[in-house]
Amino acid sequence: MGLESNLTGTFVGSRLSDALNWARKYSLFQYPFVTACCGMEFMSTACSHYDISRFGAEIPRFSPRQADLLFVVGTVSHKLAPVLRKVYEQMCDPKWVVAFGACASSGGFYDNYCTVQGIDTIIPVDVYIPGCPPRPEQVLDALMMLQEKIQREPLEKQA
Amino acid sequence: MSKKCVERLQAHFADQILSTHDAAGDETVVLKRDKLLDVLKFLRDEADLAFNLPVDLTVVDWYRIREPRFEVVYHLYSYRTKQRIRLKVPVDEDDARVPSSYSIWPGFDWYEREAYDLYGVVFDGHPNLKRILMWEGFEGHPLRKDYPINKRQPITTLLGEKS
Amino acid sequence: MAEILLETEDGDLDSVPMSLQMGPSHPAMHGTIKMRLKLDGEIVSRSEVEVGYLHRGFEKSCEAVTWTQVMPFTDRLNYVSPLCNNVGYCMAVEKLLGIRATDRCEYIRMIMAETSRIGDHMTSVGASAMELGGFTAFLYAIEVREEIWRLTETVTGARLTHSYCRVGGLKDDLPPDFEPNWRAIQKKCRTLIDDIHALLDKNRIFLDRMRDVGVISADRALAFGFTGPCLRSTGVDYDVRKAAPYMKYDRMKFEIPVGTIGDNYDRYLVRMEEIEQSFSIIEQCLKQIEPGPINVDDGRLVLPNKDEVYGSIEGTIAHFKIIMEGIKVPPGEVYSYTEAGNGELGFYLVSNGEGRPYKCRVRPPCWSLMQALPEMLEGYQVADIVPTFGSINMIGGECDR
Ligand code: SF4
Repeated sequence: MGLESNLTGTFVGSRLSDALNWARKYSLFQYPFVTACCGMEFMSTACSHYDISRFGAEIPRFSPRQADLLFVVGTVSHKLAPVLRKVYEQMCDPKWVVAFGACASSGGFYDNYCTVQGIDTIIPVDVYIPGCPPRPEQVLDALMMLQEKIQREPLEKQA
Repeated sequence: MSKKCVERLQAHFADQILSTHDAAGDETVVLKRDKLLDVLKFLRDEADLAFNLPVDLTVVDWYRIREPRFEVVYHLYSYRTKQRIRLKVPVDEDDARVPSSYSIWPGFDWYEREAYDLYGVVFDGHPNLKRILMWEGFEGHPLRKDYPINKRQPITTLLGEKS
Repeated sequence: MAEILLETEDGDLDSVPMSLQMGPSHPAMHGTIKMRLKLDGEIVSRSEVEVGYLHRGFEKSCEAVTWTQVMPFTDRLNYVSPLCNNVGYCMAVEKLLGIRATDRCEYIRMIMAETSRIGDHMTSVGASAMELGGFTAFLYAIEVREEIWRLTETVTGARLTHSYCRVGGLKDDLPPDFEPNWRAIQKKCRTLIDDIHALLDKNRIFLDRMRDVGVISADRALAFGFTGPCLRSTGVDYDVRKAAPYMKYDRMKFEIPVGTIGDNYDRYLVRMEEIEQSFSIIEQCLKQIEPGPINVDDGRLVLPNKDEVYGSIEGTIAHFKIIMEGIKVPPGEVYSYTEAGNGELGFYLVSNGEGRPYKCRVRPPCWSLMQALPEMLEGYQVADIVPTFGSINMIGGECDR
């Protein structure tokens, strides 16, 4: 929004960013880029038992253009890497990325010819969730960490 | 698995059989490549054999251990007679090709493509022999023993690299 | 929708064939897979499936690690029923070694494999229901799976990637309160499964979209190498557990549910009935199981217990040798097959006598199923792709390895 760029650094600006960030962090629309086993835990997290909607991130959007949080869930192979990059590029700003599981974070234990050694070699990542697969509790924790991070974001970044 | 099908094969295709064994109870026949399709058809069509379920097709790479280098391995099952059989066809590295069994069991379609993709064995007569697991443009055949395990061939430019 | 309308000379609206690409990142394509479709209006006239987006180099990785270290890789093949894969792999190595696990171990393996199968079928049914708009059924199905996972967690220590089996045995025995826990969970699952039946079985929308869709004949299914629920839905009663009973399946009384015409609805019913059979198998196992050792008595295969490792020099050496060099498997080749969630899961192992597999090939049931997908879609509508693909239950990890 053009408004923000004029207000950066001022008192009004920082108040405005607080309000904006507060709204943003509780209405995350996620795009689940589910490829592998971690997807099973992602399902568990999203379903009634762990219920991710308590944290305001329950609605998956299957079009990257409507999403602002990209969950990369599972192993990304070199064959898939261009697709992931394209999905990321299609998302509108502001956008955040969570690397879900060891594979997405670092390639996991697949140190071989076909696996990308961490999605941060392709796209920037905000939160990494360790675990193979991570437990749902970890996922929820990561989500809260991301929310904190969003809350702290200065206005300039959103402009 | 039963001895019977091996005996039947021996009676019919004695000149095609290089050796047989039944280690761990798996009946195995090592075949020459020349009349492979005839043997496969025979296995499928004879009423007392009736191998109608194509189970598995893969390749073993005996790099620097054995000659010829590759061995194409077929596993078949007969739903009617409940028998299993394993066929092995050795092929040389410079002439790594076998006739495609696609016309006999369409179920070997992807298995042959996979074997071609990962080992570089060509299946003559396959209608659509192209890479299946790796992408077009990938160099080499990753499951060959001389392909290093961590030789990567990225198709996207990675962050931090000059594009 | 996917129609390009053109006006012909006589003023009529006419449609021309168009091609459409579905995937690799598409909500209905769980896992990543790409389909190229040739459409004639809404009708799929030809299609081509592209897989390989989740190829993780299973075989190559296995060749680089010891026989025991392969276990975690097998977990991640069919990650919806990892215990079936664990069991399948262990049995293959044991066949190559020429040994057989102890009775108690086999019973525990059966119990665990069957719980895994229930989880697998529940996920598959739930996901197909969700894609057809039956979200409640999906939530119930995942709840069943959640209960089962919590139980397996008490046994194996992990929710999903268990690595529970060991060559010649198991990681641990069942916990003492397994049986009461199982009974409690079973009761809960029963109610949930009944609810799923009530939600789906006679549901008009579900029926319309599942029945007579994605039909494949028994002959074609066999020729394509189908196994598992998809083959049984066509009326062929091939189940490895009956055709070539392994472990203690010969002592179990259970039925093989078969379908009649091989459509999506048959596959759904077969899966639901198999869940019932699995419940009954577990029940029988719990009745027949007796106390005893869970590991074979062979110091070259099984790790000594921790007291020995820390207390005696022999124990330390044995532990060191197994961990560092891996167990020694005699040279040879073997093909061993078990019934996993999706069908015949085969392992073709080649050993050259060293501590690492020379080749560790897995015969993934999905691979055969997926290649028949174009044929199963031909002549149906675009919307029918979703239930058909869902009922095949393609699991990326297993299909692409
Ligand atoms: S981190 Fe583990 S569970 Fe997750 S995708 Fe990778 S291998 Fe699978």
